[in-house]
Amino acid sequence: MLSRSFGRRKAVDGITLTINSGEILALFGPNGAGKTTLLRLLAGLLKPTAGTAQIGGVSLPGGPSVRRRIGIVSHHTLLYEAFTARENVEFAARLYRVKNFRQESARALERMHILDRADTPVRALSRGLRQRVSVARATVHQPEVILADEPFTGLDILGATALSGLLESLRVSGATIVVVTHNLEEGLSLSTHAAIMDKGRIAELSQTSMIDRQIFADRYRQIVTTSG
Amino acid sequence: MVEVFRDAWIIARKDLTIEFRTRSAFLSAVVFALLGIVIFYFAWDSSAVSAVDLAPGVLWVIFTFSALLGMHRSFGVEQPDRGIDGLLASPVARESIFLGKAIANLIFVLAVQAIAIPAVGLFYGLPLGDVALPLAGIATMAAIGLVAVGTLFSAMAVNTRLAELLLPMLSLPFFVPVVIPAAQATAKLMSGRPVGEAGPWLKLLLAFDIVFVVACTLAYPFTLEE
Repeated sequence: MLSRSFGRRKAVDGITLTINSGEILALFGPNGAGKTTLLRLLAGLLKPTAGTAQIGGVSLPGGPSVRRRIGIVSHHTLLYEAFTARENVEFAARLYRVKNFRQESARALERMHILDRADTPVRALSRGLRQRVSVARATVHQPEVILADEPFTGLDILGATALSGLLESLRVSGATIVVVTHNLEEGLSLSTHAAIMDKGRIAELSQTSMIDRQIFADRYRQIVTTSG
Repeated sequence: MVEVFRDAWIIARKDLTIEFRTRSAFLSAVVFALLGIVIFYFAWDSSAVSAVDLAPGVLWVIFTFSALLGMHRSFGVEQPDRGIDGLLASPVARESIFLGKAIANLIFVLAVQAIAIPAVGLFYGLPLGDVALPLAGIATMAAIGLVAVGTLFSAMAVNTRLAELLLPMLSLPFFVPVVIPAAQATAKLMSGRPVGEAGPWLKLLLAFDIVFVVACTLAYPFTLEE
């Protein structure tokens, strides 16, 4: 029963959710539903007002040993503009104590098809390319839990395909992934489970394979309309 | 403990590299320091106050305010793309983040001092050659205390709308216990008194350094709670 309030407003209101290893949860919801707050709680960037959370057997929020197992893609890129793409990823790799951090950083950039621009300062990259670097930064340490807030923002088809492939390969290797997105088609195609959040609560939760996409889309539309 | 300092150094190096590439805060601080020295020089009535009496005050006024410029930038560089979230979500201890920022700020302040001290000597005609080493020691000791307090308040002020105003308002009262012994010890040295006479002030400075560094490092994690 995870909760978080800001003053009197309950951003996350008693959520109970189980996501197992090797599962991808796509989290949908209208603006202000509490999706980002939930992700920030799981990432340890916010402290819950009440309750605790576990993902893939990992207790959250936790100390350094727990944070080492998590990778976050925020809708901010978490990058430093004065650094090159490579320097940003290597900086993260060093913080996460990645062995052979130079090679692993190059590999992470390669996975997102951005290695050819690795020595370009981030300030000179487009929003989409920055997002690719941001994903490389978040996954350089091969996290067991990935929390991604709108990770497809700004990505072109090459970047989006690379990201989908990366998430799928991490899932297959046992990672637990939560993806917040507004894009139903994208979210449903990559996830194993899908949930709709509304007013800080989980309004709908299903296994993606059991979902009738039309009914789910109608339900989502209804929640967004009534919430607005 | 080794890991705390290792991570702190990674963060400090990152901040220094960014500052070296942009040079925004360092140039502002150096120009501010030199302009301050020039303004004090033109406002100085040498028949009323001797250079030896005035120079320590000028130095510490300049150090205090130019240090604030650097410290304001300290957490400001994390803001544009929320780099701070990347640090906080990483396995790095909160204390390492604080110490990394403080180490970068200390190097920043020492670099400004390395330019401002000879400039004061030049403008006020003070032969600082004989006291250069102990003066550098006092400047370093005082910089440690200033940086510890300034870095903590920079972390607290950065998310507020009035960060530029809030940082000096919060920091300056806590700078006083550092600036007073530093200015007194500097005055003793500049007036040609033996270093030993500055001893009690230096002990006081050391005590405040230890208290501020320990207290601010321990307090920093509490500034992060939203």
